[in-house]
Amino acid sequence: MKQFLIFIKKEFAHVLRDRRTLLILFGLPVVQILVFGFALSNEVKNSRVVICDYANDESSHKLISKIEASQYFDVEKITMTYNQIEKSFKEGKIKAAIVFPVNFDNDLQHLHKAQVQIISDASDPNTGNTINNYLSTIITDYQVQLIENIKVPLRISTEIRMLYNPQLKAAHNFVPGVMALVLMLVCVMMTSISIVREKEMGTMEVLLVSPYRPILVILSKAIPYLLLSLLNVASILLLSVYVLELPIIGSVWLLFLESTLFIITSLCLGLLISTRAKTQQEAMLFSMMGMLLPTLIFSGFMFPVENFPWVLRMISNLVPARWYYIIVKTVMVKGLGFSSIWKETLVLVAMTFFLLVVSLKNFKKRLA
Amino acid sequence: MEEQAIKVEKLTKRFGDFTAVDEISFEVTKGEIFGFLGANGAGKTTAMRMLCGLSIPTSGNASVVGFDVYEQTENIKRNIGYMSQRFSLYEDLTVIENIKFFGGIYGLRNKQIKEKSDSLIERLGLQNETKKLVGALPLGWKQKLAFSVALIHEPQIIFLDEPTGGVDPVTRRQFWEMIYEISEKGITVFVTTHYMDEAEYCSRVTIMVDGRIEALDSPRKLKERFNVSSMDEVFYLLARGAKKAVI
Amino acid sequence: MRTIRFLLQKEFRQILRNKTILAVVLVVPIVQLLILPLAADYEVKNVSLCIVDHDHSTYSRKLIAKITASGYFRLVDFPDSYREGLTYIESDKADVILEIPANFEHNLIRDDKQKLYVSVNAINGVKANLGGAYVIGIIREFNSVIRAQWVQAPKFSSIPVIDIAITNWYNPYMNYRIFMVPGILAVLVTMMGGYVSALNIVKEKEIGTIEQMNVSPIRKHHFILGKLIPFWILGMVVLTIGLTVGFLVYGIVPEGKIALIYLFAAVYLVSILGLGFLVSTYSETQQQAMFLSFFFIMIFIMLSGLFTSIDSMPKWTQVITWFNPVTYFIQVMRMIVLKGSGFTDIIPHLLKVAGIGIVLNTWAILNYKKRS
Repeated sequence: MKQFLIFIKKEFAHVLRDRRTLLILFGLPVVQILVFGFALSNEVKNSRVVICDYANDESSHKLISKIEASQYFDVEKITMTYNQIEKSFKEGKIKAAIVFPVNFDNDLQHLHKAQVQIISDASDPNTGNTINNYLSTIITDYQVQLIENIKVPLRISTEIRMLYNPQLKAAHNFVPGVMALVLMLVCVMMTSISIVREKEMGTMEVLLVSPYRPILVILSKAIPYLLLSLLNVASILLLSVYVLELPIIGSVWLLFLESTLFIITSLCLGLLISTRAKTQQEAMLFSMMGMLLPTLIFSGFMFPVENFPWVLRMISNLVPARWYYIIVKTVMVKGLGFSSIWKETLVLVAMTFFLLVVSLKNFKKRLA
Repeated sequence: MEEQAIKVEKLTKRFGDFTAVDEISFEVTKGEIFGFLGANGAGKTTAMRMLCGLSIPTSGNASVVGFDVYEQTENIKRNIGYMSQRFSLYEDLTVIENIKFFGGIYGLRNKQIKEKSDSLIERLGLQNETKKLVGALPLGWKQKLAFSVALIHEPQIIFLDEPTGGVDPVTRRQFWEMIYEISEKGITVFVTTHYMDEAEYCSRVTIMVDGRIEALDSPRKLKERFNVSSMDEVFYLLARGAKKAVI
Repeated sequence: MRTIRFLLQKEFRQILRNKTILAVVLVVPIVQLLILPLAADYEVKNVSLCIVDHDHSTYSRKLIAKITASGYFRLVDFPDSYREGLTYIESDKADVILEIPANFEHNLIRDDKQKLYVSVNAINGVKANLGGAYVIGIIREFNSVIRAQWVQAPKFSSIPVIDIAITNWYNPYMNYRIFMVPGILAVLVTMMGGYVSALNIVKEKEIGTIEQMNVSPIRKHHFILGKLIPFWILGMVVLTIGLTVGFLVYGIVPEGKIALIYLFAAVYLVSILGLGFLVSTYSETQQQAMFLSFFFIMIFIMLSGLFTSIDSMPKWTQVITWFNPVTYFIQVMRMIVLKGSGFTDIIPHLLKVAGIGIVLNTWAILNYKKRS
């Protein structure tokens, strides 16, 4: 036992001495949380649109001021020709143009039917769609206002309730994702690189030739990263609670326990990579491509998994981060207990066993 | 008056509070095999780096083949060869690729490169290995090849930083034969080592302790002065008072 | 000049022998371009819906039929109570619950107004927003339909109606892939220029061969050029591979001139290589270079507008994006490929990227001189 502690001490020394890497290991999650929290948003706000008011009458002015009042749009009133609109789109200056034809008010009052044209830059389909939706809503609301005074029968109104995230904050979605990402990064990449570096430098042989079992050598490499990762989890949670105002609804202990499980899974993955990589460059490449990107893509926090074609959905089931992401969301945001996540936990445990067995086998083979 | 290949006067290098090289002074004559000895941490490598133009001194003067180490490092680099124990050649390039590369960057014309590489390969007996990656060669061959490549541009001085580290005794002997050969041609050899038996092969040696030169003379005279029979003992007597080195 | 030729020869030999770099240049872009656009499908469809119908009337059935016919929703179940419906949301089996209160039809006809209740799992804000919007939209349509059927014609026609004509330019089929591929390609080129290049320079530092370079008459700037030029070339290679894959697999043919894409990429790569170079001057080991470079590139990518739009960022973040070269590359890629933008349209972007490039490279050169 004492010797094991000596190994661990040495590993800690390695890790703590590399200040630059350490800075990034702790800085990365903090920066990510801050950026995601304050900078990124899936909402479509402040879109620059141009209003071409050919009508210039009472109704058009009223409707235009409603659009201007909305925080979703940054409005400029210029009458443009189609060519000019096209040029503006091509220069990336505006996202949409709204055209009010001549006689808008007249048509509305006397013919009871008027047209408004929305020309959208749909190169980004979601933004285009959302802008169309927002504009349509504002225009339809205006319509409703117009008819409010007229007694209309059969008025159905809808009350909509947003569960778990009433303010539609993006934090609820990405904080669990950032946790999964960061843990993966630290555990897999760092462990595999650290083991491979010793292989490259030849000092691994020295360790293996010592009277201690290889498994202890490996474990000693994993432990500092285990602790570092738990620290990272703690810092992410603190940030989300106090800076992003995303409270932890469920049990904090359960969260930490599950995180520890996931960390172990990732460490085993790092171990597996280290048995196959011959140089540090290879280890970095495997970790980056073999893990970072799949985690980003398949965990479900950046891209909606439910939209995946069948093939990708199958692959995503093999990515441990996906299961962890679900667990964190369920416990942290929905506030549910173990009974809701026992299945996912089981999957992670099974993956851990599998990875551990395969890597140990591989490791022994390389020594023989 | 023989031309001085290297002239050093009160050369000093400080890193913050730590003085790695403390006002050393010496001269090296053209064609000499000059040994630079000392324990690890005594300042040998730092001193050599200043002479190679790799590091700017804190104070003092030095000139290498007549060029000043402060202002004329480019000229120095063109006229010296360098070989270090850590590596010198690219492990993932073949023998012939390494030779061609270093020939090219030292400004040799293609015809010259061809001539030199042919004679080099023949001299070292590497005709069958030209297409092999240097990384696949045994250490002794690598060292000899690196040495030869360092001379490809016919420099006036060659700096060798612990060139025979980790190499077997037979190869070491062969290596020193190569050194003698070039010394006879008039090329100055500046070599650092901590193999004391190699010190015996040098024309003159200096022994550095804690950044200062504690002795500078031919091996024979040093042994006489300290009344001992081997350089080992000379070194031990001088170096055991060292504060910064490890005996 | 000659020395650069020898340096380039050496670099290319080493790169071509290095299986890892080759994999990154060839295999990774292809795999990513195949998988990412498939994955990056933000379209909100297949929203899972549970309907709690306490009314079981003609109207409620009609409404349900209308919702299912819309194609936006996947009907999961008809739970008997809201509480039961909630369990579906808790287990992620449903995203939205629509609750139709008891006596809905009856009360609507009697009182002329009624309320419907919609609950949405809002953890994913986008989905919630759009999913909710779809439901409300369908309910509104349903409302007009039953009103038209119920009310006499004359009364009805006095209600003013604003007809909204929507035209979508540049991506009429709202194909998300056409939008994502140019952006992803920009990211791949960035990785080549900013990440792999840094690792390569630092590798020589770590192994020590850089000393041999330092002691030779090779000028420092020749050495750096020798290190950066190969990655400039590789960046262009990745771009070509990407455009080819985009064409072969997704049928993407740029609306604008391909030559323009290459022109911009050429300038952009110089800029991003400056970043890689800069990172290498601050790193002693490959591991440090990897993390440092990865850190910055990741932030640049996050703030580039690739996944989320820049307009919706707070002002202070938008300012940061002005200094982010990746932002401009992605914008230009999208502009040229989807909208056919021309040279004059992208001049401002070109100048900004060139400016950033000058700053990065100068800083890197100064740092390099200082540290070695």
